[in-house]
Amino acid sequence: MDTEQILNQVNDIFKDVLENNDIILSAATTAADVEEWDSLNHIQLIVAIEKRFGIRFTTAEIYTWKNIGDMCTVIAQKLQK
Amino acid sequence: MTLSFAELKKNLKKDVTGFPAVKVAVLADSASQFITTAIKGYGIELGLNPEIYEADYNQVEQQVYDPASGLYVLQPGYVIIIQSTEHLLQNFYKQDNRAAFADEVIARVAGLYGTLSQRLKTQVIINTYIEINDQVFGSYAAKTPASFLYQLRKINLGLMDLAIQNTGLHITDLASLASVKGYENTFDTKMYINADMVFGIDFLPVIGRSIGQIIASTLGKSKKCLVLDLDNTLWGGIIGDDGMESIMIGALGMGKAFTELQRWCLELKNRGIILAVCSKNTVEIAQEPFISHPDMVLRLDDISVFVANWENKVDNIRHIQQVLNIGMDSMVFLDDNPFEREMVKTAIPELTVPSLPDDPADFMLFLRGLNLFDTASFTNDDKDRTAQYRQQAQRAALQNSFSNEADYLASLNMQSRVKSIDKFTLPRVAQLILRSNQFNLRTIRYTEADIASIAASPDYFTLTFTLEDRFGDNGLIAAIILKKADKNTLFIDTWIMSCRVLKRGVENFTLNQIVEVARANGFGKITGEYLPTAKNGIVKDHYQNLGFTQNNGIWELYTDNYTTQQTFITSK
Repeated sequence: MDTEQILNQVNDIFKDVLENNDIILSAATTAADVEEWDSLNHIQLIVAIEKRFGIRFTTAEIYTWKNIGDMCTVIAQKLQK
Repeated sequence: MTLSFAELKKNLKKDVTGFPAVKVAVLADSASQFITTAIKGYGIELGLNPEIYEADYNQVEQQVYDPASGLYVLQPGYVIIIQSTEHLLQNFYKQDNRAAFADEVIARVAGLYGTLSQRLKTQVIINTYIEINDQVFGSYAAKTPASFLYQLRKINLGLMDLAIQNTGLHITDLASLASVKGYENTFDTKMYINADMVFGIDFLPVIGRSIGQIIASTLGKSKKCLVLDLDNTLWGGIIGDDGMESIMIGALGMGKAFTELQRWCLELKNRGIILAVCSKNTVEIAQEPFISHPDMVLRLDDISVFVANWENKVDNIRHIQQVLNIGMDSMVFLDDNPFEREMVKTAIPELTVPSLPDDPADFMLFLRGLNLFDTASFTNDDKDRTAQYRQQAQRAALQNSFSNEADYLASLNMQSRVKSIDKFTLPRVAQLILRSNQFNLRTIRYTEADIASIAASPDYFTLTFTLEDRFGDNGLIAAIILKKADKNTLFIDTWIMSCRVLKRGVENFTLNQIVEVARANGFGKITGEYLPTAKNGIVKDHYQNLGFTQNNGIWELYTDNYTTQQTFITSK
């Protein structure tokens, strides 16, 4: 799966969990850019992404992400393993 | 059929107009935002409108013991206390006297419950702890009171004992619910470490459902009847084609799956769930296994209404409902055939129709997982219910042989024992007050504790009525609470009757007894009130029919000019 596909799938998850079909994510998107993306919803997003891709993030990884791009990079790395 | 957490969240946006509002306070020792969402989402799923007060993080004691806390401002009908094994473990490690740990935890919960029930008219729901072994002792933990595992299990049993002693205390048994999928599937390490959330996203709906079902059952929304299909549901194979010798039950083929389902049905029957059969079959062929198959667990006596014919199942289920005289929403229909299920579900949306798995081997796991038959009480009367409904069918047959109702009623030789509420009748009265939806004039749901204090109060008179006749004993079927409104007036605060004994003239007999109480205690006037609900339309004209006159919405009757109502019931 390439980065583009991963980003699309992550975008779908965001739309679904945050119940907003207008969300368009890019690699540069941060929590400040998406109104519904608060700390509570963040937990749900992580769980949903882990489930969709069949991966587990570590707590440390979650703390290092600055934007969606960082998140997708980690997903891509885990999928290659 | 457990919904996902995302679906529960969507429920929060549903239109809940018309759903009964319930005030719920959630106190948790861990972060409770998601728990609250799950409880609210499932409450809405079950047709309730929960208004939730969520206490701040880990403030259980402060909320309960501070009379000025937000909890007491809301005056909730339900207080839910959610406690986590992870916090319990941390407390355990701080404890010096490990062997006394469980007793202290139970004393603490008893203290919380005592204070809550003193200060609020509320029911309390608390969870059992999910069972884990911290592996400090390894397997030896099961062999020493010094281990966390030992103390945790002792706490869980202690909580159950506490709930037995206190009718207003209910248990959401997370210990057994978690064991279905296992601890690793109830717990998300990251959510715990980062947010102090102790329940994973996939376990939250299980908690929400359990709590929702407890609340619904305390409101009288419980299942009373299980309607069973026969071929490939209660036994394997088609009896009309295969013949009785070839149906799978007992040791034959996958008969074990069906035997276990039948055993479970029998246990439900013994607990007070009415069993009925609805099958597309010739009745003689359908009944044959119940009479003479050696491996059948269920016998004809266990089935209250047996319908086997070639009509459509929708009409047959409606017929069963009319004979039993219970709400469709209190009935469950089990059928292996998706087509039949769909047809019935579409025609009768209030009916619960589980989507039975294709493989009968999965039946029991699936059905247990649904927790269909939650109940808020259990009395000895429940065990006799099937016999009572069968007698009802015999009475119906007798009635057809009389041309007028009075002759029929006279032929029944009805007798009633009348007495005020005492400790023996209290549990049954409490159950009747909780469950009666139709013959219930004001639908005031008192708890068992409320009724006990009413029975002991000098401001009230209470009456209970049993009814037996030539076919059998119906047990306690009606209850009256009379409140002294003023020196001359008794107000009928509660008038409820079981629908098992409709059209038997019990109302007339009851009123005669009420008037007797009034006269004996010097009251000249009796007043009553009808508060309409979605279900109590049958008593709309109750007071008018009994000769009361209306005055500003209140029905009045004067004992001076009261003529005793005709009745075919004698006092025992």
